[in-house]
Amino acid sequence: MPKTFPIGGVHPPENKITADTAIELLPVPSSVVIPVSQHIGAPAAIIVNKGDYVKTGQKIAESKGFVSSNIHSSVSGKVNKIDSIIDTSGYKQTAVFIDVEGDEWVETIDRNSEIITEVRLSGEEIIKKCLESGIVGLGGATFPSHVKLTVPAGKKCDVLIINGVECEPYLTSDHRLMLEKGEEILTGVTILMKALKVGKALIGIENNKTDAINHLTKLATIFSGVTVHALKVKYPQGAEKQLIKALINREVPSGRLPLDVGTVVHNVGTAYAVYEAVQKNKPLFERVVTITGKSLSRPGNYLVRIGTPVSWLIEAAGGMPEDTGKIVSGGPLMGKAINNADVPVVKGTSGVILLPKDESERMEISRCIRCGKCIEACALNLEPYLLMTLSEKGLFEKAEHERITDCMECGSCSYICPAGRPLLDYIRLGKTAVMKMVRERNMK
Amino acid sequence: MSNILNVSPSPHAHGKETTKKLMFGVVVALLPALFTSIFYFGYGAIIVTTTSVISCLAFEYLIQKFIFRKPVTITDGSALVTGMLLAFNLPSNIPVFIIIVGSFVSIAIAKMTFGGLGNNPFNPALVGRVFMLISFPVQMTSWPVPAGFSTGYADAVTGATPLAIIKEGLKNGESLSQLVTQIPTPSQMFLGNMGGSMGEVAAFALLIGFAYLLIKKIITWHIPVSIIGSIMIFTLILWLLNPEKNADPMFHILAGGVLLGAIFMATDYVTSPMNPKSMIIYGCGIGILTVIIRVWGAYPEGVSFAILIMNAFVPLMNAYIKPKRFGEEVKNG
Repeated sequence: MPKTFPIGGVHPPENKITADTAIELLPVPSSVVIPVSQHIGAPAAIIVNKGDYVKTGQKIAESKGFVSSNIHSSVSGKVNKIDSIIDTSGYKQTAVFIDVEGDEWVETIDRNSEIITEVRLSGEEIIKKCLESGIVGLGGATFPSHVKLTVPAGKKCDVLIINGVECEPYLTSDHRLMLEKGEEILTGVTILMKALKVGKALIGIENNKTDAINHLTKLATIFSGVTVHALKVKYPQGAEKQLIKALINREVPSGRLPLDVGTVVHNVGTAYAVYEAVQKNKPLFERVVTITGKSLSRPGNYLVRIGTPVSWLIEAAGGMPEDTGKIVSGGPLMGKAINNADVPVVKGTSGVILLPKDESERMEISRCIRCGKCIEACALNLEPYLLMTLSEKGLFEKAEHERITDCMECGSCSYICPAGRPLLDYIRLGKTAVMKMVRERNMK
Repeated sequence: MSNILNVSPSPHAHGKETTKKLMFGVVVALLPALFTSIFYFGYGAIIVTTTSVISCLAFEYLIQKFIFRKPVTITDGSALVTGMLLAFNLPSNIPVFIIIVGSFVSIAIAKMTFGGLGNNPFNPALVGRVFMLISFPVQMTSWPVPAGFSTGYADAVTGATPLAIIKEGLKNGESLSQLVTQIPTPSQMFLGNMGGSMGEVAAFALLIGFAYLLIKKIITWHIPVSIIGSIMIFTLILWLLNPEKNADPMFHILAGGVLLGAIFMATDYVTSPMNPKSMIIYGCGIGILTVIIRVWGAYPEGVSFAILIMNAFVPLMNAYIKPKRFGEEVKNG
């Protein structure tokens, strides 16, 4: 029996249209826009000036502080300007605009496609390499990987978990990567194990990707300590705490990190990026992005340079369909709707989904009939109907008591609600207010 | 770009489940019981159901349109379900004006005074039924005997329900072994061949409806199973203590409104608790109260009262009985 997490969850239609489409190289656009904040933590500080010539893979912004990340140029060319843009989240931030001239890579990058499985670097060197190469979590959360690999004194990690779940509908970038870059991923896993000093790694994959499970299981026999585990399809299994519960039956306490139960979770895409950084000296400046949608003529999985405008990606996929009503960056459950197609692909962009008009409108809101389906769907056993009411009425102390801050915003409650109530919208509102309240209390 | 893009917070997908679909799911689940009652009670069943449904819809429409002056939502199916459930709780030969009064109480008093769907603390159909039982005790307790499909209405042959026979008999000092000859056999009761309200008699039809509700995930098993389970355990204990005075568990489940109540009335979304832990407590409360009323109370049947009493505890349960949160047990920080 494939395992899964025990509480809650929903089963949205999978719509994995691009599961059988091999990864293609997306041509380099004529200009790219590279934001300085593509990760959780402090934005990187720009170290280039207008008019500078940069090479592909050259560092253009430097990590500021421990939780931060380096940013590299994804193309070669001239820095046109440094200006603010509206990013995927809808916020303004600084970005480096580069006009592309040729494609000249930094000389230190090993462009040979030969797979190197022998890990020469030491644990500390690996962590330094991840920091240097700007590696962040590619599952979507974009937490700087070097931070997750640095186990603080007093904490212990005994097992590494690799997230190959890809539970969001439509997205197939991790799936394709596992099929096409299996050996590299497994080497990446071995590198991560070395950095964390653990002897065991578990790769969790949902069983709607049997080809990937079989492929990696076969390859894993030659990598010591690495095992592949099939999981029952259920959203949000790719959420860190749910995946840990499903694979090793440990429950991360509320408000704590996986390290508190002796584990660390990394995404398969991150494992691949780590492989490239450590074995090939290649910084993170490109990633696999799924461009998909029911009306697209050529949906697919593309290896895309960071900073490429989404519109360029849409062109490659056959152009924007007439009926497009919404562009989602990320998965349909947790992704962000973007307001124009000019926003750049960033490190956290796992996919771009073009939803037709009839799927981009929300249903009309009606009264709560107290069916309890939101409670049933919540993977944390919270009571979304109650959290919504409390947030709506501004009863934030009560909301804190009901653990509103535990909510990971997976959206299962809003997805399932038969009355179409905007549960998560209000919970987000309440969560922000509660977090502010807690911060102010702690300052006193 | 010619397209105007929709921008909204996640999630960008919806499960396609709607209130209307859920309500019509309940209606479908009620159909087997409706068809069996038409089979047993003939025109009476059709007249009662039609009157009840039409008057419930009409009262909801009139109140929303002329008193609330808000958009009319009678197509959401909730008044239809209330109408059907109310009819299922009535004898199939009850005078039509009583049905209309009962529908008025259900919709206008039990539902709309609280603000309509989602806000009423008590199950509207049951409030209507209990009101009718207290106001029209004679008409509400003369049960037509199933006579195959009959075209008669008010002139139907009436008889007591098995529960009433037992209650009356025990009061008169008869022993259960004597009374057993006067009540239908378990298999007759399973098929619904006995006196009773039109929707409650046929156990098999209600169980088909239960299976449908579970398969369609309209309800969960918690409430029905805990009601039926607690009634079985409680009556089993009483039966083992004194089989001459107390009926066996099977009789208690098949006779009266236990199945109709457990499957369709107690599981009403609005008036039942929302998390599994509370659902089980609520269900057990209904089961225990039902047996207490049946065995020691004045009425032979207690399901309606038991459900209404437990309805009153639902807000309290929702406020104080909490599901165990994920990651709740924090040991030493």
